[in-house]
Amino acid sequence: MDVLRNVEAPHLKGELPKFGSGDTVRVAVRVVEGEKVRAQLFQGVVIARSGSGTRETFTVRKISDGVAVERVFPVHSPNVTEIEVIRRGRVRRAKLTYLRGRKGRSARIRERAYDGRIKHPAPKPAAVPEVAAEDGGDAAAAEQ
Amino acid sequence: MPGLIGRKIGMTQIFAENGTAIPVTVVAAGPCPVVQVKTIERDGYAAVQLAYDVVPARKLTRPQLGHLQKREVEPHRVLREFRTEETGGEIAAGAVLDVTIFAPGDRIDVVGRTKGRGFQGVVRRHGFHGGPETHGCKTHDQPGSIGASASPARVVKGKKLPGQMGAGRKTIRNLRVVNVDKERNLLVIRGAVPGCRNSLVLVRKIAGETQEG
Repeated sequence: MDVLRNVEAPHLKGELPKFGSGDTVRVAVRVVEGEKVRAQLFQGVVIARSGSGTRETFTVRKISDGVAVERVFPVHSPNVTEIEVIRRGRVRRAKLTYLRGRKGRSARIRERAYDGRIKHPAPKPAAVPEVAAEDGGDAAAAEQ
Repeated sequence: MPGLIGRKIGMTQIFAENGTAIPVTVVAAGPCPVVQVKTIERDGYAAVQLAYDVVPARKLTRPQLGHLQKREVEPHRVLREFRTEETGGEIAAGAVLDVTIFAPGDRIDVVGRTKGRGFQGVVRRHGFHGGPETHGCKTHDQPGSIGASASPARVVKGKKLPGQMGAGRKTIRNLRVVNVDKERNLLVIRGAVPGCRNSLVLVRKIAGETQEG
């Protein structure tokens, strides 16, 4: 398996924010529309991370216009241009599938108190996507 | 250049520049010394015999050792022949082939032994549909009729029936080399390759005309 790791290594992203289930993230995805390349943003709660190496993925859930949308992103895909951690959530399990049956108050996730083991991301200037940033909510909702 | 002997390492995925994920199989292939060159005049066919996987001399029988020592090749576990063109004389005995005979983008055929699945019925082995699960049906996983009656009064040859599935030689044609790692003797091949991890595979340039794809 070490051999496989070596093959995967050049395709892994070196710098990644630490994030996991319960965290709220904003993901920028490179979208090619004909000639235009733009960044589509998707913000929501991470409800799962799975896999390892280049095959690692994470699932982000959000409520868009009353419709729940879940999107699975490959962590190391070059199309996932940025992952920004907005909020750290305090959760007690790795897969938050229980959120699917809930909405409103019961679907809240408490913010995690400062945890010395995790470095909070330094506040960064707003993400500057390659061409134009738009909230991907409408497009994502339309896909449903 | 004929081909290489190797071992399947496993599958993973890598990303193309435009972001597409490419499913790949990693194969550790070569280096393979040429043990013997067979010619039409002497042997009736043209081929090269390659060796792979160095082992201690005690692992081999005396005839095997003698065969290799005569050609001053280290003891190797595996010997395989690759057929060559009649004019395949450009490869001399004693040469050592490694993954550099392939380049990214090359089309290759990969031969391996498929995973053994044991004795399987027709649904699994041949993709028959089987019978309905419900509505009073009592034959869920049966081949059904295997022929007519008095004429021809036998089962036609080649009829698909239950039997051993897998563990046979299989060639996957027209695969594409994605990457070549000379230092680690690795070939990164797009798509799947027969066999389990660590199983022996033969990698060779495509045979005959194949379509771009």
